Amino acid sequence: MASIKISSVRKVYPGNVEAISDLNLDISDGELVVLVGPSGCGKSTLLRMIAGLESITAGEVRIGDKVVNKLEPAERDIAMVFQNYALYPHMSVRQNLEYGLKNRRTPKAEIEQRVNEAARILEITRFLDRKPRQLSGGQRQRVAMGRAIVRQPKAFLFDEPLSNLDAKLRGQMRIEIKRLQRSLKTTSVYVTHDQLEAMTLADRLVVMNAGRIEQVGKPVDLFERPASLFVAGFIGSPPMNIFELATLRQLPGTTLPASIPAKADLVGIRPEALRLEEPAEPFIALEGTVELIEPVGGESHVYVNLNGIETLATVVVQGRLAEGEGSHIKLFMPASALHSFVSETGQRVE
Amino acid sequence: MVENRPWLDALTHLVLVVGVLIVAFPVYVAFIASTHEPSAFVRGVMPLLPGDNMVETYSRMLGEGLELAGTPPVWLMLTNSFWMAMIIAVGKIIISLLSAFAIVYFRFPLRTLAFWTIFITLMLPVEVRIMPTFAVVADLGLLNSYAGLTLPLIASATATFLFRQFFMTVPEELMEAARVDGAGPMKFFKDILVPVSITNIAALFVIMFIYGWIQYLWPLLVTTQEQFYTIVMGIKRLMAQTDREPDWNLVMATVILAMLPPVLVVLSMQRLFVKGLVETEK
Repeated sequence: MASIKISSVRKVYPGNVEAISDLNLDISDGELVVLVGPSGCGKSTLLRMIAGLESITAGEVRIGDKVVNKLEPAERDIAMVFQNYALYPHMSVRQNLEYGLKNRRTPKAEIEQRVNEAARILEITRFLDRKPRQLSGGQRQRVAMGRAIVRQPKAFLFDEPLSNLDAKLRGQMRIEIKRLQRSLKTTSVYVTHDQLEAMTLADRLVVMNAGRIEQVGKPVDLFERPASLFVAGFIGSPPMNIFELATLRQLPGTTLPASIPAKADLVGIRPEALRLEEPAEPFIALEGTVELIEPVGGESHVYVNLNGIETLATVVVQGRLAEGEGSHIKLFMPASALHSFVSETGQRVE
Repeated sequence: MVENRPWLDALTHLVLVVGVLIVAFPVYVAFIASTHEPSAFVRGVMPLLPGDNMVETYSRMLGEGLELAGTPPVWLMLTNSFWMAMIIAVGKIIISLLSAFAIVYFRFPLRTLAFWTIFITLMLPVEVRIMPTFAVVADLGLLNSYAGLTLPLIASATATFLFRQFFMTVPEELMEAARVDGAGPMKFFKDILVPVSITNIAALFVIMFIYGWIQYLWPLLVTTQEQFYTIVMGIKRLMAQTDREPDWNLVMATVILAMLPPVLVVLSMQRLFVKGLVETEK
């Protein structure tokens, strides 16, 4: 177990393509940090640089108190779980688990004991003598995790480990990974593009965009106080509604709440925070027609075509909306639920 | 696609049976001819049932050969051919596995050039470079030896290319997982890449064994001593007789014997072939 310290790390691919630019991140011992971002944001590259599968152009990666820039993946004492599991197809599950330990010349008795222990934790004891192809996706995923656990490494690196599973199994495995990580207390870095997975798993969430870190923090903090337009749009589903203040100002009979900073020219509001009834605090009122209703079980997503505003507004309504599609509707934005941004920099202002 | 159409079933079976007959009949005739006395085959009407000369013919060919035609015993030629084909097949597989491994998994300067150089040699089979190759082998003093018989045939662009294509379909994560698991390049090669390629190796082995078995021109050039004659050369020598009809029964017996080892190789490797077809997952 160890902390991971990433200082001023850059990655430039041949052809002068900069995948990561001057990135700093401290991951403390036992923490589960999730890297999340759209594809091509550099999250996998960063993970692979920590693993040693990708060279580091500049900067420094420390695992524990050792600089690992020049070390082979095996010498870094990390274990990695791959998206497609990468199990050795010709070896039995047991041999798959043993392989890394054998290469490390671990004594036989200890290998046996560690493999059995990992198999017990992951409930794959029954499958130890099977070949990977005889296992289902979820079982393979467990074996891949087992291969990481038996090594008792300083850190686990997960590279989108659940994206090959179906939705139901994904939810189940997500919980198991979280539980496992809590009980083993191994420092973990987890890469995903699924923001739900990111929100639920992370002790700390790192949102990445175009090779830079947009924001680091607890999932709830990122949700409640996104530091930039990008984070606001990426975290939360359905995404935040963003309105131009200039447009809102021109709506008939609208006074903007005094709490909006003078510098801001955009405001955002979560679909859950839009009200159908007038709130007690200052607010901005909107009117429009219901364009589309998506019932998603316990709640409904309502898309509203607002008068005087071009973009559709998304509203999350608990239960069912009384009005049908095409009906006229009033929406209220409470001042306390507004997020203010400056469009030029994309940053949040208070 | 499973369809239930009786007449279609019958038709497909008919086509298959006719195909098998066309392929198998000449082999059958060869076998029949080898069991009759020499004159039976040239009489004008070919017998279609086995004769009574089988034991005599085969034991003669296997045991002493045909001195008149300058042919050593067939068992000796079979052994020579077997070792030649075996060394060529195994050698080709080892060399091309290693070179494909280097080309796919290592980034070294002029890597692409190296690959294309190997690839271009596809256009230069032994027959094309026969004079220089012979000169080199003769200068090295390798005439009349197994090394001379096999070495020039071992380098194989085809196999290298096939393994390269296969290695490129092996997921990269497998290599990365092995690296994380502490396996160096050669350990990865031995523990993972070769076992994963086993069905391809088996298929190539069969093809290359037969390639080695049917070599004619090269053994003809580099061997002058009877003890290094190969079976294909032997058949030719049996047929080339001056001023008399070849002993067709002896020729056919040799042909049948020459066919057996490749058939055995194909049969024993068949299981791996099927496995290779069924196993889609890597």
